[in-house]
This record gives sequence, C-alpha cells and structure tokens, in this order.
Amino acid sequence: MIFVTVGTQLPFERLVAAVDNWSSSKSPKPEVLAQVGAGSLDYGNLRTVRTLDGAQYSAAIADAELIIAHAGTGSILTALDLGIPVIVMPRDDRRGEHRDDHQIQTARQLEKMGLVSIAWSEKELPLLIDDKLRQPRGARTKRKRGTELVDYLRSYLRDVLSGDR
Amino acid sequence: MDLGPLVSTVVRCDVLAISSPGGHWVELTRLFPAFEGRSVEYATTDAGRVTDVPGGRLHVLADANKRTPLRLVVCGWQVLRLVLRFRPRVIVTTGAAPGLLALLCGQMVGARCVWLDIFGLVDRMTLSGRMAKPFADLYLVQWPHLARPNGPHYRGSLL
Repeated sequence: MIFVTVGTQLPFERLVAAVDNWSSSKSPKPEVLAQVGAGSLDYGNLRTVRTLDGAQYSAAIADAELIIAHAGTGSILTALDLGIPVIVMPRDDRRGEHRDDHQIQTARQLEKMGLVSIAWSEKELPLLIDDKLRQPRGARTKRKRGTELVDYLRSYLRDVLSGDR
Repeated sequence: MDLGPLVSTVVRCDVLAISSPGGHWVELTRLFPAFEGRSVEYATTDAGRVTDVPGGRLHVLADANKRTPLRLVVCGWQVLRLVLRFRPRVIVTTGAAPGLLALLCGQMVGARCVWLDIFGLVDRMTLSGRMAKPFADLYLVQWPHLARPNGPHYRGSLL
C-alpha cells in the first residue's frame, strides 16, 4: 500500500491530484490511502481520509511500502525512523500552499543530507513513484537516531530531579 | 505566588510533556525514552494521539494558535490548571503555542523549562521558539548553524 500524507492543517491538492493521476494510469489499480487533512476527499483513484488517530496511523504506516508526504517533520521522521521509503514534495507558499516557504528550504536541506527523495514539482512525482516501487523491497530497518539528544535530555533530567527532592 | 485555590489537589509529577499536534507532537514522542522511570503527564490538542502515550492518559487541550486568540485564552487557562494541578518539576516541549504557554506557567511555579525547537525550519527558529527564549532553562535547536553562544544550543537532532 502507498500512504500519502499532507498533514492536517492546510490542503495540498497539487500533491494528492498528482498521485491520483498517477494511480489512474495503472492497471491493476494500486492501493493508495491518502490522508488529506483540510483538502478534498473527492478522488477517484485513491482512498481518502481527513485524519487518522494514533492507532489508525500506526496501521497505515505498518502496511505502507512507500510514503509520499509534504515536507512536514512528522511524516518525514516517521518514515526515516521506520525505514520506509519516502518521497517528499514541499508545499509552495507562492501557490498559497503554506504561509511561508520553509518547506522548500527544509526539503533542500534534507536532500543535501541524502535523507529523502524530493519531488520538486508534481511533474517529477510519477517517475519518482515508479522508480521507488521498482526498487527491491528490502527488510525495513528501524534506525536509532536522535539518541545523542535523548541521552542529553535524560542526563539533564537526572541532574535536575536528583537535586530537587 | 500562591495560586493554590485554583486547584483542589496537587499531585506532583516529574515531567510535563506538552506540544501542538502534528510534527511538533511526533518530535516530542521521540523524546519519551528520556522520561523512562519518571512520572510524566502528557498534553496535546488532538485526542487521537492518546495511543502514543505510555499508560494511555493524555490531557487534551483546546486547539489554539496565534490566529485563534480566543481559543488561545482557553488553552492558556487549561495549561495553567494542568501546571498547578501537577506542579511538574520539569516541562518539556517542542512548541508551538501550547508549549510556550506551558513555559510561561512553568516559570511561575518554579519548574525547569525545556524548549526543543522542531527541525522543520532550517534558516531560523520557529516564532514560538524565538518567543520562548526568556522562559527556557534549557533552550535547544536541532541545526548546529542556528546555535548561539548564549543559547539556543545544539545537543543533537532527531533527524
């Protein structure tokens, strides 16, 4: 299953429509679940939902062979931590998809770090999807990142809480 | 400051973990392993996130941001009640508005306040993050180039 997620706040039709369009050209029709937030639910080639609660989100993620997301930190972190292939398409503030252009900057940085594949426009998306799906599906490797930060916070708490009782 | 009459009973906790939903919350959940062995209260504005929380108890706040001033007041009131009821020794947040409100309230009751700015902004801190500076005892960013000698500091990233 392909899981599309664009956050819950603002619509991102350019991304969802591009995936819908890609899906329409395929036979048999691929299984796509799109979490569209404030966007339209009306797409013929996708299963759409507004939001998913924690349990539904976990279930969707567990089934996903590919995640297609806006450049939000939640989707990206989830995909990276669970080792699920991810394509990120940043929202463009000039098209009213966001209130500033920070998703484009974030995407640029993540691409530079080699962490995710970026679709810089809806035109690049279909090829990227085909490309990702063609790659052999290896076993998911959960990564252990952010440990330096978590360790630091743990020791900070130890210091603060031991002097406090 | 004596704010005792606002709440009936105080049950102190070690940590209050609080944030907006979405990416802020996902990043906050990645810090939960640091809370192991501590008594923790969790709060966000999306009731659906209850399954993310160890023990399954989540305090659900009014969803507020800078564009919803009225709900911001409601959220602030809820956060104040929460802070007075649990008198957390440490407050940990990844923003945005609920986190900022929690640090404000936390400073009033002498809690240690931890701000971790999300990695979603690359060229500057989030607005709430910039506003949180005077209220944060531990003030962190996730990009080394955003760190400054007097804070914010860089102590690693979730990426």
